[in-house]
Amino acid sequence: MKLSKHVALTSVALAGALALTACGSDDNSTGSSGSDETGTSVSGTLNGEGSSAQKNAIEEVISTFGDNNPDATVNYNPTGSGDGVKNFIAKQVDFAGSDSALKTEAVDGVVEADAAAERCGGNPAWNLPLVAGPIAIAYNLPGVEGLTLTPEVASEIFLGEIKTWNDPKIAAINEGVTLPSTKISVFFRSDESGTTENFQKYLSGSAPKAWTAEPSKVWPGKVGEGRAKSDGVAQGVKSVEGGITYAEWSYATSNDLGVAKIDNGAGAVELTGESAGAALTAAEVAGEGNDLKLKLDYATQTAGTYPIVLVTYEIVCSKGLDADKTTLLKSFLKHFASADTQSGLQEAGYAPLPAEIQTKVNTAIDAIS
Amino acid sequence: MSALTQDTLSPAPASPIDKPSAGRAIKDKLATVAVWTAFGIAIIPLVWILYTVVDRGANLLFDPHWWTNSQRGIVARVAGGGAYHAIIGTLLQAAVTAIIAVPIAVFTAIYLVEYGRGKLARTVSFMVDILTGIPSIVAALFIYAVWVTTFGLERVGFAVCLALVLLMIPVVVRSTEEMLKLVPNELREASYALGVPKWKTIFKIVLPTSFSGIVTGVLLGLARIMGETAPLLILGPYSKSINTDLFGGFMAALPTMINQDRVESYDPALNRVWAAALTLIVLVMVLNIAGRVIARRSKVSR
Amino acid sequence: MSTITGHSELDAEPSGDSASTGRRGDRIFSGLATGSGIFIIVLVVAVAVFLLSQAIPALLDNKANFLLDRVWEVNDSELRFGIPDLLYVTVVSSLVAMIIAVPIAILVALFLTQYAPARLAAPFGYLVDLLAAVPSIVYGLWGFFVFREYVEPVQNWLADYFGWTKLLEEPVSLGTVFLASIVLAIMILPIVTAISREVFAQTPSTHKEAALALGATRWEMIRTAVIPFGTPGVISAAMLGLGRALGETIAVTIIVSTNPGAFRFSLFSGGETFASKIANNAGELGSSTKAGAYIAAGLVLFILTFLVNAAARIIIERRKAFSE
Repeated sequence: MKLSKHVALTSVALAGALALTACGSDDNSTGSSGSDETGTSVSGTLNGEGSSAQKNAIEEVISTFGDNNPDATVNYNPTGSGDGVKNFIAKQVDFAGSDSALKTEAVDGVVEADAAAERCGGNPAWNLPLVAGPIAIAYNLPGVEGLTLTPEVASEIFLGEIKTWNDPKIAAINEGVTLPSTKISVFFRSDESGTTENFQKYLSGSAPKAWTAEPSKVWPGKVGEGRAKSDGVAQGVKSVEGGITYAEWSYATSNDLGVAKIDNGAGAVELTGESAGAALTAAEVAGEGNDLKLKLDYATQTAGTYPIVLVTYEIVCSKGLDADKTTLLKSFLKHFASADTQSGLQEAGYAPLPAEIQTKVNTAIDAIS
Repeated sequence: MSALTQDTLSPAPASPIDKPSAGRAIKDKLATVAVWTAFGIAIIPLVWILYTVVDRGANLLFDPHWWTNSQRGIVARVAGGGAYHAIIGTLLQAAVTAIIAVPIAVFTAIYLVEYGRGKLARTVSFMVDILTGIPSIVAALFIYAVWVTTFGLERVGFAVCLALVLLMIPVVVRSTEEMLKLVPNELREASYALGVPKWKTIFKIVLPTSFSGIVTGVLLGLARIMGETAPLLILGPYSKSINTDLFGGFMAALPTMINQDRVESYDPALNRVWAAALTLIVLVMVLNIAGRVIARRSKVSR
Repeated sequence: MSTITGHSELDAEPSGDSASTGRRGDRIFSGLATGSGIFIIVLVVAVAVFLLSQAIPALLDNKANFLLDRVWEVNDSELRFGIPDLLYVTVVSSLVAMIIAVPIAILVALFLTQYAPARLAAPFGYLVDLLAAVPSIVYGLWGFFVFREYVEPVQNWLADYFGWTKLLEEPVSLGTVFLASIVLAIMILPIVTAISREVFAQTPSTHKEAALALGATRWEMIRTAVIPFGTPGVISAAMLGLGRALGETIAVTIIVSTNPGAFRFSLFSGGETFASKIANNAGELGSSTKAGAYIAAGLVLFILTFLVNAAARIIIERRKAFSE
């Protein structure tokens, strides 16, 4: 057999493969989505990475954004807040999704906010709150609905001090509920996660005596088992009777898990869009100017307020991206912050941003250049 | 590819005089049962895995959109979209990896068979063995250390290719080496006798003679690297959109498409995970089987 | 596939230039070949050097004992990391995989070379080889989502009867090291089988015929002729399988849960191997201080697989020298 014949065959195969590259389609629009925004569509590619807590939200947003802007591509890699910020600073991505705002205090000589500013060519990076999601304490106990937990009891459960579901401490706050003697299996996030940090912030903020560990992205507990990402822990609980975990609301509902009511001292509060929204409305803006870092009151005792709420930010350069990317970024964020998009997020298990914050976010987006 | 020298011997014809004692016969029977059972045990996972993947994912492969569309704009709880972006990513990365790895590997094999003598050749051979054993995650870390940490470049498809090159080279070297060794020396000598220089002899006679064997090695090498996930985890972030630029932007591949949604709780996403797994298995198995068929055919003709 | 006709091509070529450029062509060609060979050496050395160079700063900053302390607390302000737990899980999961896979692989190899009907041996061999064509991520998916529920009763049973040993203490995790070991065993089975098959097939037929002529049953023939001949090959096959199991990444990452602070010896708990530790924290590589710690773990894995593979090769070489 001649070598040249093989070469010819190989090149035919290669040409075929190349021809294949031409026939794929990115167009998955169902046709029903009419252009409900201004007709000007943008193009280009925007890469983001970070928090998996906002994954389901941002995917919805990217989906609708793509319908309106068929030439624009937005990628979001839900690897976790820590990774997102690191890769943002390392210029690997254009924006980061994070469950906690950039740190302004020095950690081993490195100030996250300063490093981010350096990445943006000397301009500050802004934390824009765009997704708010309640964190559910999700459990798997067939037959038990409407379980109530206080921060103290939740702390002891997650620390492994309460080992079975019929422990008197749980029973005391759940009168009238028949609790089985099932062993409690705690699931926690094995990756570094903003959800872990926010959940710990809640526990240490509302039950400082029971939860003494310093909140961080790494789970400090000594019992249970770690699974990767929010879906992983939710799935773990789903497979084990007696399992309990903390995860964004959407993961609890999509896995049909029980969601505990939280009693911060003013009666049990069920997790609903309104009760979570109440916590957001009460949030204060802690950042300066257009840096919209939010501060939540975890120990809130206001009736009807669900206290464990996580705000996830998009971290963006206020200036310094190239012009095309800036246009695309602004257009994407505008779409993200719009009232329509925000209210649509409820379907995916998130809470819409209060109107007041929406306005502030819009002002900030306009100021990006 | 070892030739299976099938044993044609059968146990000694049982003559009534020296029939093995009952104990020995039972042991013999037990051994027979044991090896058949072991074979059964080895095949169960294969059948089980294939069944699982086909059962949970095959439906999507019959949808033409699966082969023509990407996942762009499709969220986890909605059915639809395809795996085109991931398939094209996997194929492109595999092709570029092969373009880099095959020449190096073939030349290394030529060196080992035609030129290499003494200590250097032994060292090269040993290093090929070490490359064979390098875990894919270590290869990926190495490229990360070079590409991202040292040169400060972005994670792109091409970096994945570089990590895969490390994994593909040893497979191709070993199979090419074996094939080159099989080329009869008489052929080379006849060529030299005609005054043909050594390089031309290798290029025009040795390589064409062993060509099908080399192709087999390349296909098996491709089959190995296409299923690799670890380098993609570290060097190849996933994108739901089509990207055919190996030097810019996130690029999808089948393993990362699976990895992205594997813990998803919505059924449509899980359906796509299994369908992507099936697609990957089909791609890898086609290459694998093609490689083995070519190897067999070339053997028959010899 | 015509082999000899290679000549004709040569004749067809106008060969006027061959004499003049022959030397130079030869030099270039041998240069390319030798260069590629040297490139391979450089590549392996570069892997070691790069990993080492990026691991050393982290190792110097490490406030814990890398080899002895069971901690892994890496953040940007402080590095405290040690590998005993990783080493334990990596080695134990791979050893258990080997204990399960090697006997089965030997029996399958015997089946394929000595028992299977001649016509079916090749296709049967194919089937076993196809196990190697299943991507490891698919093994991970199947292991965790499908196979797990069948292993759980086995784990519980073992724990009931042998729970008093530290190794088989009661299951506490969903994704256990034990489950990963079984999946790893399936993954290395085709490798170990293929090499064992090759050496068994090479048993000199004189040995086998002699055994049979002496009235041995088939099993006795195998025990006295085939197995002794193949032992070194099987040992090195097992080592190569071990090398593969030590470095397997994604299947283990998908299956095994991570442990909270407390460490357990039990196979029925979670844990992390070198590879899964790196994969679980792939995103942390963005921070150069942290990356050093994970690269150090990668370096240990590299050394570990290097040693195992080198040992396997030495055993094979010895056998070759012996049988020649």
